[in-house]
Amino acid sequence: MSRTPHASALYDVPGPQARRRHLLYGVVSTVVILGLAAWILYLLFDTEQFTAVKWRPFLYEGIQELLLEGLGNTLKAFALAAVLSLALGALLATGRLSDHRPVRWTATLLVEFFRAMPVLVMIFFIFVALKVQPLPALVAGLALYNGSVLAEVFRTGVHAVPRGQGEAAYALGMRKTQVMTWVLVPQAVRAMLPAIISQLVVALKDTSLGYLITYEEFLHAGKLIASNLDYDLPFIPVVLVISPIYIGMCMLLSWFATWVARRERRDPRTKGVDVAPAAPVTTLPGRE
Amino acid sequence: MDVLTENFSLYGEGFLGTLELTVYASALALVLGFVMAAFRVAPVGSFRVFGTVWVTILRNTPLTLLFFAVMLGLPRFGLVLPFELFAVLALGCYTSAFICEALRSGINTVPVGQGEAARSLGMSFTQTLGTVVLPQAFRSVIPPIGSTLIALAKNSAIAGAFSVTELLGTYKTLSELGYNIIWTFVWIAVGYLIITLSISAVFNVMEKRWGVAR
Repeated sequence: MSRTPHASALYDVPGPQARRRHLLYGVVSTVVILGLAAWILYLLFDTEQFTAVKWRPFLYEGIQELLLEGLGNTLKAFALAAVLSLALGALLATGRLSDHRPVRWTATLLVEFFRAMPVLVMIFFIFVALKVQPLPALVAGLALYNGSVLAEVFRTGVHAVPRGQGEAAYALGMRKTQVMTWVLVPQAVRAMLPAIISQLVVALKDTSLGYLITYEEFLHAGKLIASNLDYDLPFIPVVLVISPIYIGMCMLLSWFATWVARRERRDPRTKGVDVAPAAPVTTLPGRE
Repeated sequence: MDVLTENFSLYGEGFLGTLELTVYASALALVLGFVMAAFRVAPVGSFRVFGTVWVTILRNTPLTLLFFAVMLGLPRFGLVLPFELFAVLALGCYTSAFICEALRSGINTVPVGQGEAARSLGMSFTQTLGTVVLPQAFRSVIPPIGSTLIALAKNSAIAGAFSVTELLGTYKTLSELGYNIIWTFVWIAVGYLIITLSISAVFNVMEKRWGVAR
C-alpha cells in the first residue's frame, strides 16, 4: 500500500485531475464507511448491549478463569492436532513418494479421501459413531484432514526441487533415503514452511469445531456465559470479547507465516527452489 | 444399504439442502469477492484499506465463530431471517475473502506492460479490463477458485450443526430412528464426495480448456 502512485495493469499513474477525483472518492467513501460503523455502534447502544449488567460477568474471577480455561483447551487441541497432523503428513507424503505401487496407491487413496471430506463430518463420525471423547475426536479429525493436506504440501515441495539435484545425488551413489533426507526434504521443507504454517492457521481456526461436539473450548466457555440469564444474556458482549482474541491468535500465526516466507526468500539455502507464498496450497483434489 | 433405500427422501432432502446452500453461498462469495478484489486493487486509498481489513479479518475468523455470531447475534438487533439465509450470509462472506485473494493474485499475474500497451492503444478502462486484463487473470484463477468453492461446499456442513436442513444434519434423525450409525455416516460421506468431486471435475475441465499451459 505505497503512498506514491505507480502504474498497475489496471490503472495508469494518476494525473492532477485524477488525483483530485480520487481524493474526493476517498473522502466520500471514508464518510460512508464511518457512517456505517457509527450506525452499527448506535444499534449496539440502542439494543442495550453496553449496559453495565451485561458486562459485569467479565469482572468476576470465576468467569475469567472459565474463559482462560476455554482458551487453554483450544490451545491444547491445537497443539495436539498440529503435532499429529505434521507427523501424519510426513508419513502420508512418504507413502505417496514411495517406489512401491501398493504403498503409493494406499497413501493416495487416503489423502484424496480425507481431503475431499468435510472435516466436521469426520469429527462427528469419530465422536458419534465411534463414541470417542470430544478432545480425541476433535484432534483425530483435525489431524486426519490437515495431515492429508500437509502430505500434499510436502509432496509439492519435494517436486519443486529441481530434478537435477536428485539426479546428481543418485549419480553420486546415494540411496533413495539418502537423497530424500540429505538433498530433497531439507529444501522442500524450507520452501514449503510458509504454506505449512498457513495450514496450521486452518487447524487453529478449525479447533472451534470442538464447540459443536461439546468440547469445552473457548467458544463453549463463551456460550456458557452468553446464555446466563442473571447477566441479561450478554451475547453480544461475549462475541465482542471472544472474537478479537480468536482473530488475533490466527492473525499472529498468519503474520508469522508471512514473515517466514520473506525470510526464507532471502535465505541462500532456498536458492534452488521457489518459496511458497504464505497461504494454504490450493491444488484441486484428483490432480497431480 | 437399507439405510439409504429406506430413507432416500431424507437423504435427498439433506443433499439438496447442502447443494442449495453451496450454490447460493458460492454466488454471494463470487460477487462479494469480486467487489472486494476491485476494492483491493483500486487507486483510492480508503477502498484499499476497506478491502484489506475485510479480507484480513474474515480470513482469520474461525467459521464456527462467524456462524455463532451471525446465527445468534444478528437476531439481537431485531434482524430475524430464516436460518438458511443466515447460513448463506455467513458462508458467503467468509468465502468471499478467499475468492478476493485468489482474484487479486490472478490480476497481479498480468504484467503491467499489458495494461500500458492497452492504454497506449487508446483503450478505455472498461476495454482494458474486459479485453486485456480479466481474460488473462481468469486463466490463472481457475484452480484456486475451484478449491475455494470445494472448501465452501465442505464448510456448509457447519451450517447443519446450527440446525439448517443439510446433509450432515440427517444423522440425528437417523440415529434416533435406530439405524446403524456407521452406515448412516457412510452415505453422508458419499453425498459430500459426490458434491466435492463434481466441483473438482468441473474445474479440472475448465482448467484443461482455458487454463495456462504449464
